[in-house]
Amino acid sequence: MTELNAVAQATIAQAVETPAAAAASSASYETVGQPFLDSGAKMSMRDVDVFYGDKQAIFNVGLDIGQNEVLAMIGPSGCGKSTFLRCLNRMNDTIDICRVTGQLQLEGQNIYDPKLDVVPLRARVGMVFQKPNPFPKSIYDNVAYGPRIHGLVSRRAELDEVVETSLRKASLWEEVKDRLHAPGTGLSGGQQQRLCIARTIAVSPEVILMDEPCSALDPIATAKIEELIAELSENFTIAIVTHSMQQAARVSHRTAYFHLGKLIEVNDTEKVFTNPDHELTEAYITGRFG
Amino acid sequence: MDKLHLDQHISQQFNADLEELRTQVLELGGIVEQQTVDALTAVINADGELAEKVLATEEEVDLRELRLDEACTQVLARRQPAASDLRMVLAVARITRDLERMGDEADKVAKMAIYLVEDGAAPRGYVELRNIGNIVHQMVITALDAFARFDVDLAVKVAHEDSKVDQEYKTAMRELATYMMEDPRSISRVMNIIWALRSLERIGDHARNIAEHVIFLVRGLDVRHASVNEIEEKLRGPKK
Repeated sequence: MTELNAVAQATIAQAVETPAAAAASSASYETVGQPFLDSGAKMSMRDVDVFYGDKQAIFNVGLDIGQNEVLAMIGPSGCGKSTFLRCLNRMNDTIDICRVTGQLQLEGQNIYDPKLDVVPLRARVGMVFQKPNPFPKSIYDNVAYGPRIHGLVSRRAELDEVVETSLRKASLWEEVKDRLHAPGTGLSGGQQQRLCIARTIAVSPEVILMDEPCSALDPIATAKIEELIAELSENFTIAIVTHSMQQAARVSHRTAYFHLGKLIEVNDTEKVFTNPDHELTEAYITGRFG
Repeated sequence: MDKLHLDQHISQQFNADLEELRTQVLELGGIVEQQTVDALTAVINADGELAEKVLATEEEVDLRELRLDEACTQVLARRQPAASDLRMVLAVARITRDLERMGDEADKVAKMAIYLVEDGAAPRGYVELRNIGNIVHQMVITALDAFARFDVDLAVKVAHEDSKVDQEYKTAMRELATYMMEDPRSISRVMNIIWALRSLERIGDHARNIAEHVIFLVRGLDVRHASVNEIEEKLRGPKK
């Protein structure tokens, strides 16, 4: 929780620091490209505004995320991409002054419905963070934690199976199968991150949110996670926030570019990185001053 | 520098790298254009000395091709360019290859000039040579200009000219074939002219390719294998 609060503080600071974002609020705009899908949308967001206190961090964002799609969200620091990502499983609820308006739906169900319980929501929409954050427990217990508290398994053998399957799906099984009861915190950074992914997929989520999952990892660990993302997309829908444009280009099907809280462009990744529609996207991905 | 904002990267070194690519292409283009003019003049005037000069330039062209290829490889490896930067590097690599092949065709024209010196002037074909040669030379200049200014309109002009060359080339072939039937003794000398015409026509094709690479670079549209009408149709699509 302390880490989350720190993230919240930083985000608030950024929102406060960018008066340009507030100034731009009145100007209406239209997202270029193809933010909406004709069919097969797993999550649908419309007219989403997010405020931290009276500062607006996200402006009128509309976006669909397709079933089994890998959607990358890119943009400069403070553009709102992480804020938007955290709306998708109501992680922003933990920040008192954060207010989200608009329609956010998971398979047609309003995820901000006051009657909705956020705990099962977060099981359906799991999250992997920037810094690997395994619980101070054994590797086994890290993965078993979710299925236990959600009551997904009744017998030990079932739990063993979930743990093994999840670790296999996270490409970690071979490396840890002989030391399942060693502490998770004793693994390398890349292994810890894959452990966190195993922990996320152990509760059979439908959507996995990843907030810069590789920024604390070396290139080899990064390559393993990226490989994993491709495999996971066969079973899950993935939304990933990344600062590495090459990573977005490598792993995603569609790419969304955020700028000062606005969703500027959404297009197929191959288009965004060869011939983007919006000049702000072009300026960002080619490293020009915008 | 231009409408692609190639000089506005946060990294000054990247600006310099791309500018260097552009300069090198234009230098190579200048050399190949001179080769084309010289080869044409040599074949029309049966000037063996000028033809030798064209052939002597081949080494320089090959060397510059290799250098440009290496520079493109370095930018790809070090910068992982995206969007217009990526298109710039791809366009430079493709244009370089076309320029090198234009140089090869100019060499072939120069060789024909040397044969004509040895075999004696051909009885026919000089009007066609001058005519097609002039159009092709102008195409080369316009194509390089289109690249230097990132100008799509100039590039389209080159595609139009290419269609004209193809027409002229067909007409010339018909006439020269008829002439050879009437006077079989002239065949070997007229063939020299035909080979030179063929190479000039090929240079025109490469100029058109360069124009297509410029369209790809500026607008992100792949117009290879498209007719002039199709190119114009595509360009009328939404501008970004």
